[in-house]
Amino acid sequence: MRVTWDEASVAERARAFLAEHDPAAMDRLEFLRARFDAGLAWVHFPEGLGGLGAPRGLQAVADRELKGTPDNQPGRIGIGLGMAAPTILAFGTEEQSKRFLRPLWTGEEVWCQLFSEPGAGSDLATLATRAVREGDEWVVDGQKVWTSSAHTARWGILVARTDPGVPKHRGLTYFVCDMHAPGVEVRPLRQITGEAEFNEVFLTGVRLPDALRLGEVGDGWRVAQTTLMNERVAIGGAPARRTMMGVVAETWRSRPELRTHDLHQRLLRLWVDSEVMRLTAVRLREQLAAGHPGPEGSGMKLAFARLHQELSGIEVEMLREDGLAYDDWTFRRPDTVDFIGREAGYRYLRAKGNSIEGGTSEILRNIIAERVLGLPAEPRADKDVAWKDLPR
Amino acid sequence: MTLLYTEVEEELRAAVRELLADKCSPSAVLDRADSAAAAGTPYDAELWKALARDIGVAGLLIPEELGGSASREGGASAREAAVVLEELGRAVAPVPFLSSAVLATQALLTAAGQEAGGNVAEELLGRLAAGEATATLAVSFAASPYAPAAPCHEDGATLGEDGTVTGTVTGVIGAEAADVLLVPVRLARKTEPCVGLCAVEASAAVRVTPVPSLDLTRPIATVSFASAPARVVARAEGLEVPWVWEALMRGAGLLASEQLGVAEWCLTTTVAYVKERRQFARPVGSFQAVKHRLADLWLEVVGARAAARNAAALLAEAPAAGPLGDDAAVAVAVAQAHCAAVAVHAAEECVQLHGGIGMTWEHPAHLYLKRAKADQIALGTPGEHRDALAGPADLPAPV
Repeated sequence: MRVTWDEASVAERARAFLAEHDPAAMDRLEFLRARFDAGLAWVHFPEGLGGLGAPRGLQAVADRELKGTPDNQPGRIGIGLGMAAPTILAFGTEEQSKRFLRPLWTGEEVWCQLFSEPGAGSDLATLATRAVREGDEWVVDGQKVWTSSAHTARWGILVARTDPGVPKHRGLTYFVCDMHAPGVEVRPLRQITGEAEFNEVFLTGVRLPDALRLGEVGDGWRVAQTTLMNERVAIGGAPARRTMMGVVAETWRSRPELRTHDLHQRLLRLWVDSEVMRLTAVRLREQLAAGHPGPEGSGMKLAFARLHQELSGIEVEMLREDGLAYDDWTFRRPDTVDFIGREAGYRYLRAKGNSIEGGTSEILRNIIAERVLGLPAEPRADKDVAWKDLPR
Repeated sequence: MTLLYTEVEEELRAAVRELLADKCSPSAVLDRADSAAAAGTPYDAELWKALARDIGVAGLLIPEELGGSASREGGASAREAAVVLEELGRAVAPVPFLSSAVLATQALLTAAGQEAGGNVAEELLGRLAAGEATATLAVSFAASPYAPAAPCHEDGATLGEDGTVTGTVTGVIGAEAADVLLVPVRLARKTEPCVGLCAVEASAAVRVTPVPSLDLTRPIATVSFASAPARVVARAEGLEVPWVWEALMRGAGLLASEQLGVAEWCLTTTVAYVKERRQFARPVGSFQAVKHRLADLWLEVVGARAAARNAAALLAEAPAAGPLGDDAAVAVAVAQAHCAAVAVHAAEECVQLHGGIGMTWEHPAHLYLKRAKADQIALGTPGEHRDALAGPADLPAPV
């Protein structure tokens, strides 16, 4: 067994893998499964679970070597990759990791996130969905909301209340929800873009075996924190192939008749902001690779949301009469999430969600202020009070 | 290339910080600023000597063969100079590091790379590296690297046929502390424009008149040369002045690290204050209206660190004499466009969130506000740096 991996050895392994697996001569899924088994899916995961136990930074080497081969369509399975997988790795049993991670990574099984509820948004820990133990099973009742991909998902990561008699953070348990189980009903929620990327999910007497519990009973808040931290990195910190700045710059270059001095000044400002955000992300990844994760991660999503919103706003304004038009209001249910897909109007409207989904910008500022800067919390009415006794 | 700090850089930082903690507390700096009206300068000669000679910061950009500590293999570079500037910014230290060890030194390094004037430049660099002399570039601190010919305009200093310099330069930093002034001059010739860089030793023929300055810890002065004996360091046909351009560009890139240091002090000090200060029976730092402002400021400072480190890293990779490549020029412009504004914002938030105390002369916040605002004008404004990015970003201006 190899102890340390470096750029050369990862590249060598990827080339050896390609020599034995010709993507042109194989079924796409077979190829992806073989890539997972070769440890080239996410090299920082352990051996046997799609990785090599290598530094996270070396994933780029594997991706570069395997460029042009079939990918797992990350836009379709972002929640699985960015949130479910790191949580399963951190808290799942070996059996759970073996069962879930491979089809998650290959895209055979889509995941969704059953966290928010009509009465529990920013205050997620106050959620009311109940899970009651009956022998080896849990019976789940409640309603979840803003659930992207619920209509295509095979599994959901679910936080439910298992003990209403203790303060809200302590009575939660984390489960994997079988989206095909009886009692799971998914209804589309139409968004301001016209389409329904997300859903409401009604859970009525859903029976989940105890083997689908992730982490200890009552430890769900801690497990959920892992998911949420990874969500913010997934939304804000990942290197982008196509950026909002790139899209808006394309419009600027191809439509010289739309240019004004005012827009030019604003656009240059945002170009600098994009470049600073890119450099911040580069530095963050360097820190991660060196084993010193910095607090910068909490800020990336905040910066990303602001930038997306300002840039997409400028683009619509720049387009004048074309900005008055909208490509398509048809009520559809897309199976991918693409922040910068379609046209300017769509981008503008979709970007509004960037400061709400995965933790509002206001909550992120609280997190930075309290956890990074060490500022005191606001006085709270809900501390040390059993969840069932909270004022509603 | 890395945007993180290396171990060697952290050791240098620790040495500088320790010295500044001992000799350059905010109250000591305030006393210097107060007495500058009588003394004519806030510069702390003792502190500068300790930094320049004992720690060796004067020679960070000067090659080993000329007595400094810079080298391509494992020696010092712009990265180390940037770390020193972070610490000096954090302390608003009244020392002529930027004017002597960065601006004047870079002008000499570029001149030394030219065939004509190598010897004079090399001799001067040796004296600067050893801490035997302090220099400044006699160019306005408000000069923009995007108009580098401007210091040589017709109203500037002139080199006469008798080898002396005559003329006046305004807005110069570090002149009171300088033993040698490097002044861009027009050569007295009848036909075409011909410019040069002259070294003038401080003497009775050089009058340095301090100007009441916005920045109390790095004031500007007017420098008048009256037939001052001079040595020609470099000359050029036309109006291309590479020594000035390289100095202003690299100075701008490193200034971003000073701005980062200023911003960090303001953020840290403000966070500490709002944790202590109580109103409505709770720390004011527990109110979201305050917390959110500080979270946003923290994010700006995080970006400033990435941008300043990137500029320093690319400057470190460039040849010592120049020319600076396009990548480095973009990194400098991005760093200035961002960091200048962050330092000002941090200092303004520092004053505001300290309430009435922040408005007093007694509290050091104003020293940082004044430094940040002056730095914003220095070596190209954020707007000038942004305009320079239109080309590299391929975002052409309206026709």
